[in-house]
Amino acid sequence: MENSPHTRESAHPTPLTYVKIAAILVIITAIEVGIFYVDALTDVLIPIFFVLSAVKFTLVVMFYMHLKFDERIFSWLFVGGFLLATFLIIALMILFGSL
Amino acid sequence: MLMWVFLGSECMFFGTLLATYLIYYGQGLPGTPTPGEILDIPTTSVSTFVLLMSSLMMVLAYSSISRGNVKNFRIWILCTALLGSTFLGFQIFEFTEFAHEGLTPKTNLFGTTFFTLTGFHGAHVTVGVIWLLSLFGYSFKGDLTKDGGLNVDLVALYWHFVDIVWIVIFTVVYLIGVTNG
Repeated sequence: MENSPHTRESAHPTPLTYVKIAAILVIITAIEVGIFYVDALTDVLIPIFFVLSAVKFTLVVMFYMHLKFDERIFSWLFVGGFLLATFLIIALMILFGSL
Repeated sequence: MLMWVFLGSECMFFGTLLATYLIYYGQGLPGTPTPGEILDIPTTSVSTFVLLMSSLMMVLAYSSISRGNVKNFRIWILCTALLGSTFLGFQIFEFTEFAHEGLTPKTNLFGTTFFTLTGFHGAHVTVGVIWLLSLFGYSFKGDLTKDGGLNVDLVALYWHFVDIVWIVIFTVVYLIGVTNG
């Protein structure tokens, strides 16, 4: 393992793939803002927002931050920090009676 | 590898700020602004779009330097810095508007936690813009293609991290915050 963010550069996506990912991100954001104004969806908005946000998050991490193409150790380092942060948020909210 | 350790620790940093925001959500003083009253979704949607586009410019800059095309790299990295600065402009506008409408960090718990969370994100964007501009300047003097464009890759990882933090803030603080508040 090298002391660099990645070691398999040849596997990186093409600029066209990057543009396609950006288009998907913009479309998802437009959907988020669009459904925000739909009164009929008020009861299910929060889970929908979480799912759409998770898709955007994953796309950026996998393709723009190229974790999909890198050594697994980098994924573990980042996902480890992310999961720890998620558990921390949930634990603190339970501790302070907000959940 | 150290960059990934740093980004993992940054997840924890923003996680604690977000947890604080969520814990005190809905506990503002009566008669003071709430998220539902003050947060402006249309304006923030535009600034979110700007930040997403800056991430696209960043990957195109990285792609250019990976192929040894310094000229294109300069164009894309400058576009990234420009869009990052535009996002900061939106944030300054938003903060100023909120102050005029009576929401400051001292007003209530919503104000304190909101300004701390989004302010730290803005500070990260500012650091990113400075880093991007310094690389743009360095491209005229040094060789950015050495080590497979490692310097550019590091700033790219940082910039995309700032982007994903905003994806979470936009969803939790703005969309869900206004829906509930």
